[in-house]
Amino acid sequence: MLSIKGLSVAFRTRNGEVNAVKGIDFELAKGERLGIVGESGSGKSVTSYALMRILDAGGRIKAGDAIYSGVDLRNASERDMRDIRGREISMIFQNPRAALNPIRKVGHQIEDVLRRHSRATRHNAKAKAIEALEAVKIRDAAARYEAYPFELSGGMCQRVVIALALACDPKLIIADEPTTGLDITTQKAVMDLVDDLVRARGMSSILITHDLGLASQYCDRIVVMKDGLIVEAGDPVALFTNPQHAYTRKLVNATPRRTGSIRALLPEGERTELPPHVIGQKPLIDVVNLAKTYQGKSGPVHAVKKISFTIHEGESVGLVGESGCGKSTTSSMLVRLLDTTSGSIFYRGEDIASLPAATFAKHPLRSKIQMVFQDATDSLNPRFTARQAIADPLLRLMGMRGDAVTKRTEELAEMTGFPAHLLDRFPHQLSGGQKARVGIARALATEPDFLILDEPTAALDVSIQALVLNLLADLRVRLGISYLFVSHDLNVVRLLCDHVIVMQNGAIVESGPVATVMETPQHPYTSELLSAAPQAPEREMA
Amino acid sequence: MNKIVSSATDAASVNSAQANAPATPAKPKSGAFAHLVYVLRENPVTGLAFGMFALLIFAAIFGPMIVPYDPLATDAASVLQPPSFAHWFGTDNLGRDVFSRVVVATRLDLVISVAAVALSFVIGSFLGAIAGYRGGWTDITLNRVLDTIMAFPLFVLAMGVVAALGNSVANIIYATAIINIPFYARLVRAEVNIRRNAGFTLAAKLSGNSDARILAFHIFPNALPPMMVQVSLNLGWAILNAAGLSFIGLGVRPPTPEWGIMVAEGANFIVSGEWWLALFPGLSLMIAVLTFNLMGDGLRDIVDPRRRT
Repeated sequence: MLSIKGLSVAFRTRNGEVNAVKGIDFELAKGERLGIVGESGSGKSVTSYALMRILDAGGRIKAGDAIYSGVDLRNASERDMRDIRGREISMIFQNPRAALNPIRKVGHQIEDVLRRHSRATRHNAKAKAIEALEAVKIRDAAARYEAYPFELSGGMCQRVVIALALACDPKLIIADEPTTGLDITTQKAVMDLVDDLVRARGMSSILITHDLGLASQYCDRIVVMKDGLIVEAGDPVALFTNPQHAYTRKLVNATPRRTGSIRALLPEGERTELPPHVIGQKPLIDVVNLAKTYQGKSGPVHAVKKISFTIHEGESVGLVGESGCGKSTTSSMLVRLLDTTSGSIFYRGEDIASLPAATFAKHPLRSKIQMVFQDATDSLNPRFTARQAIADPLLRLMGMRGDAVTKRTEELAEMTGFPAHLLDRFPHQLSGGQKARVGIARALATEPDFLILDEPTAALDVSIQALVLNLLADLRVRLGISYLFVSHDLNVVRLLCDHVIVMQNGAIVESGPVATVMETPQHPYTSELLSAAPQAPEREMA
Repeated sequence: MNKIVSSATDAASVNSAQANAPATPAKPKSGAFAHLVYVLRENPVTGLAFGMFALLIFAAIFGPMIVPYDPLATDAASVLQPPSFAHWFGTDNLGRDVFSRVVVATRLDLVISVAAVALSFVIGSFLGAIAGYRGGWTDITLNRVLDTIMAFPLFVLAMGVVAALGNSVANIIYATAIINIPFYARLVRAEVNIRRNAGFTLAAKLSGNSDARILAFHIFPNALPPMMVQVSLNLGWAILNAAGLSFIGLGVRPPTPEWGIMVAEGANFIVSGEWWLALFPGLSLMIAVLTFNLMGDGLRDIVDPRRRT
């Protein structure tokens, strides 16, 4: 149905032409579900944009053919392409909120597509739009028809985007990272929905993702891309059990799963012995009846409801839950960026919950409790070089000046594996993994003994995630610090943590040693989280 | 003000360097300078704008030294002469050389506009940054005050200020600054507001920065790129405003050469055919405003580190 031969895509940039896709071939049969897997910069998204002919300015298809059911997509007129988009090939975009017009009712947006492709008239458009919303299992579709995107949750928005994409019964659907930014249980619901619809309607699909586990679960065949080239193709089980290319092996290894040690994420040659970390007897952080209540429009919102837990010296604790469960509020209170409503936080026996967050910056304990933020890009000032970012806490909290700062900054860079020659670069000149390292180096600058890790690897590629997680595991041993690892992914938390706390709706529903919680979850919510994580086929026992 | 002038002279030297060696590819140069060259090369309009700005600065600094006639010297023998080789832009009703007057006026007009813009930039940034960072009542109060200022016809407000404070160059500057403050304050407020809960702001708090320090050194610099566009547009408006005040008789007094007064005085003679009296100062005014408006994008690209690769 779709045949791609020698497709190359190039972009004009300030430093000359950059080839994003360098001659790839693949075919897609009717009803086939293809997965394109690769890390950022591999050219996987660009390939799909090239098929839809929606490349950014400066991008062009340099060579090769893309034939869809006899239509040459490369040379088709813009007019023909407009007919093909939506009716023949449709796309589900990465960020559902950005893909929807924020000031138009979602029902009207679906009507627009239907009417553009003459699938509906003025009279029956509304009924058909509601039908489309019902098809994606939106409850109370008639009421949702009137909703604006901002009134819907992320998962609901993605359902609307899927309804839009499927409204005109396309033959091929391209899903570009459709579940990034969604919770793990929502991810499962959305992927199951797309999969059911694709199968029921006999469509072909292309799933573009960085997650090999996800692709293996929802695709018949997987194409692995790296640097604009296809390095390997095959069916998912074969890819997992017997990866041929070194890069595929690396990806397979780096995919977190239910079992295996943190070192197993790394390529075989780089697995050193993981030194054990020592958990002390004394509690470092003792949280007692911690609560946070916001004043909402319709009464008080209880974001965190009297939770209590203890973190011992040197211990790593995972805090797991979906967005809105209160885990971010909890970590903000622990790091003293947010005032508490009630309850206590004891740091080595001293209650810090009563100290106002606004003045904690000057408190002597500021340097002892630090945090690594979720989005490394957002947490680095675009106008500060890596060196300035790492040096900032040294200047402000440690009172260091001059050469001492330079020396310590370089020491921290070395410790976190950040290349010293990149220290004078701005964040936008660094890769995601490098930015994550700068964030970690900055948090460690003041020699804290309690570090909150707020999904530090959420925005990273799996192979980079593997490196960062291992770096964190090594640093813990080397510096003897305690972590509170906040995440929505139990498979990742399990790798680094000794103890895990599961939160739902502001309360702790389960907590215990990682192995116990993973193997014999007591609470149904924990089981749901566990089953929602994509199950990668087991790799061959080496 | 000094900063703006020095960056303009930098720009001028870059331009001439480019003109001298257009064919040879740029050698890898370090940081800021290479970036400047790149910005000017990428967009020829920016290069042109900076070139014209350099010319204006040159006229402002050296104008009084290079003009052929004393701009204030009257000459009863040659009154209302059309443009000729001796008097490029002709002479006015008192026999003064229009070319000399137009060139000499550059300094006064630039000083008024740059000083007014600098003043409104500083005050507006300060107010807007605090309102955007604190939010709440501070924000609401400031916004209502700014709304009140903007609700007046701005030129009428400026007229009122000058009329109340008295006719002097300093008062024109204050009046122009006051009517421009809301634009800066609102822009900075919006730019600061979207960053006050950004990850890097929280990280700065964890690094032990005080609120004032975070605002001044972490958040505010990120608002500079859009500010630069505003600055260049405002420079144009400020010149027009100053000229407009002079035109209606407020502000600079005759016989001081100033574009607005010259247009006002020359306007009377257009009907009798002596068009050059008003045309040339008017053209200078237009070119100056155009220059500032064209410069905006280039200035933004220069101060934005993300444009460097």
